[in-house]
Amino acid sequence: MELPARTFRVTRADLVRYAGASGDFNPIHWSDRIATKVGLPGVIAHGMFTMALVGRAVTEWAGSPDAVVDYGVRFTRPVVVPDDDEGTEIEVTAVVREVTEEGLTRLDVTATCHGEKVLSQARATVRTAG
Amino acid sequence: MSLDPSYVGRTYPPTAPYQVGREKIREFATAIGATDPAHHDPEAARTLGHADVVAPPTFPFVLTMAANQQIVEDPAVGVDYSRVVHGDQRFAYTRPVVAGDELVCVSTIEDITSRGGHGFLTTRTDITTVAGEPVVAVWSKLVVRGEA
Repeated sequence: MELPARTFRVTRADLVRYAGASGDFNPIHWSDRIATKVGLPGVIAHGMFTMALVGRAVTEWAGSPDAVVDYGVRFTRPVVVPDDDEGTEIEVTAVVREVTEEGLTRLDVTATCHGEKVLSQARATVRTAG
Repeated sequence: MSLDPSYVGRTYPPTAPYQVGREKIREFATAIGATDPAHHDPEAARTLGHADVVAPPTFPFVLTMAANQQIVEDPAVGVDYSRVVHGDQRFAYTRPVVAGDELVCVSTIEDITSRGGHGFLTTRTDITTVAGEPVVAVWSKLVVRGEA
């Protein structure tokens, strides 16, 4: 079973807001000068911001903000966020891999940006009953 | 400088208790666009059986990132932070984090390997209440990119 796709728009303003809320002020997430100096194409999203957006999709699919029991990802490719009003988009899809007798649903999640996977081995277990 | 694998298994002292604030959860939820009332409204959280607003699933990283500084900055381990990228991240929950929690982090170096000139450091941080009740276990794998 495949869950409905979700698309998240990400702009520079979102990265600044996430930096403040999370306490992660690494300049590669807000300064093109520093990002390019360390060999990146430009400012990139915090991996944990991408993981948080995917987590939102997971909790919304599960139907409850407290449903997540286990959630893990591997960061495979940076999400480059241009300094314009459009920013970029992250597309999230998921398939149900297993529903256990204990009322847990295991999801395999895919997150892409410009058609390329930005996460791999993204898996979530959510409580869906009981 | 490469990572020293002899530190696998080292556990660091518990962090000072972190007070989970209602406004901090609201701020974090707003920053990620999470609009579910249980992140913002204590009444909505109580109808789900929680004492106060519920943190989004990746919120504990705010605590573990700070707790893991003691590993990253431990000169004996040998992490060059300017070369670090985030490899993997995982959260395994006993229960959600809610406002009013007073949480302590204990971090352990679970694994150190090197491959292709890169170093890989896996940390596990157990987050408990000050009373010792388990809340969430958090794994982070950091990749220390080689010089080549």
